[in-house]
Amino acid sequence: MQTHKAKRVEIIIERVMERRLTEAMTRADVTGWSVLPMLGGSGRSGEWSREGQISRGTGLVQVVCIIRPEKLDPLLDQVFSVVERQIGVVSVCDCEILRAERF
Amino acid sequence: MLDLAADNLLSPIVLSFVLGLFAALARSDLSVPEAVAKGISLYLLFAIGFKGGAGVAAHGLDPRLAATILAGLVLSFALPFAAFGLLRVLSGMSRIDAAAVAGHYGSISIVTFVAATTLLANAGLTAEGYMVAVAAAMEAPAILSALWLLSRGDGNTKMDSDLWREILLNGSIVLLLGAFVIGMATGQDGLDSIAAFIVSPFQGVLCIFLLDMGLIAGRGLRSAGVLDRGAVAFGLVMPLVGALAGLGAGMLLGLSTGGVMLMMTLSASASYIAVPAAMRVAVPEANPSIYLTLSLAVTFPFNLTLGLPLYLAVARIMTGG
Repeated sequence: MQTHKAKRVEIIIERVMERRLTEAMTRADVTGWSVLPMLGGSGRSGEWSREGQISRGTGLVQVVCIIRPEKLDPLLDQVFSVVERQIGVVSVCDCEILRAERF
Repeated sequence: MLDLAADNLLSPIVLSFVLGLFAALARSDLSVPEAVAKGISLYLLFAIGFKGGAGVAAHGLDPRLAATILAGLVLSFALPFAAFGLLRVLSGMSRIDAAAVAGHYGSISIVTFVAATTLLANAGLTAEGYMVAVAAAMEAPAILSALWLLSRGDGNTKMDSDLWREILLNGSIVLLLGAFVIGMATGQDGLDSIAAFIVSPFQGVLCIFLLDMGLIAGRGLRSAGVLDRGAVAFGLVMPLVGALAGLGAGMLLGLSTGGVMLMMTLSASASYIAVPAAMRVAVPEANPSIYLTLSLAVTFPFNLTLGLPLYLAVARIMTGG
């Protein structure tokens, strides 16, 4: 089956920043993404768990999008403006998609 | 005073909190599902807002309403400065962390407020219904004070209109004030029609919520190593400073015994919902472990167990109630 090259961008960010991030993605002309809840983990600030997170200011989400390769740089510029000072991880990897016209 | 403290410590709501605290410290797998805790907090906010509004409807609009809200705003603006000064004296905390913590102590804990109203009800006392509106008014001004403290230290803060909208229209404030308005509009008849839902089960539901708060505070205590002794001392002394300021305001306004006690409680409590969210956006460099642990694991348990009966006893002595 014919597949097409694309980029998969995964951004782990504090829940309180989610809307600011998705708005920045829209500014980069990326209109499709998924948001996944994070259950817990460990990082530079130590271990954390979603359990018992009473404040909206704590906890993380993962925002995932798959885009055409030429959209990557504008997207990363916008994403960086949001995550620069925040806790977060941005990763990019190559992937293949079936229906290129959807991206 | 000692009897009141003992009664409070042995009340179902405080014992539920203690159960949660010990379960978390003992690393039990006991937990309240996130959706249940969220649902219960919606219930409590609706119930307390509605009852406050119905109380105002029953007694008519009090001319002191506006003055009391204004006093709440002033306290919320001013208390972070006292907190910041105290922190700088007691603790070796950085200026950024101290300012972020200070912002939490000018804002309020609505759960502490709910527990205080329950203590008042159990003591056969009532308070001015509009204290609910005062609670809502005191949520946000402290954030401005904290940001001002940060800006004086060349702190790089980032506040935008979106953040202000999120703070002022956060779900808790909208529900609390919305229920208050519904209670005021429908009055005693409205309250009677839903009393079976928002009055009778209230204390039982509050027990489950405080069980969850105990679990959260216990998990916070496990990470209390981020706090130095001075910071822990601050978490215990600052509520008393705030309560004293609230007492002065309540007495000047001529509030009832219950009203003075609630004013003391609001001034003594520290935020762990609205302010942490604002600080994460505006001052991400501040360490959330410090302000959340202080607010949730030190000040909240202190207020719930010892602070509330103390504030009630002092309010009774000062007002002769």
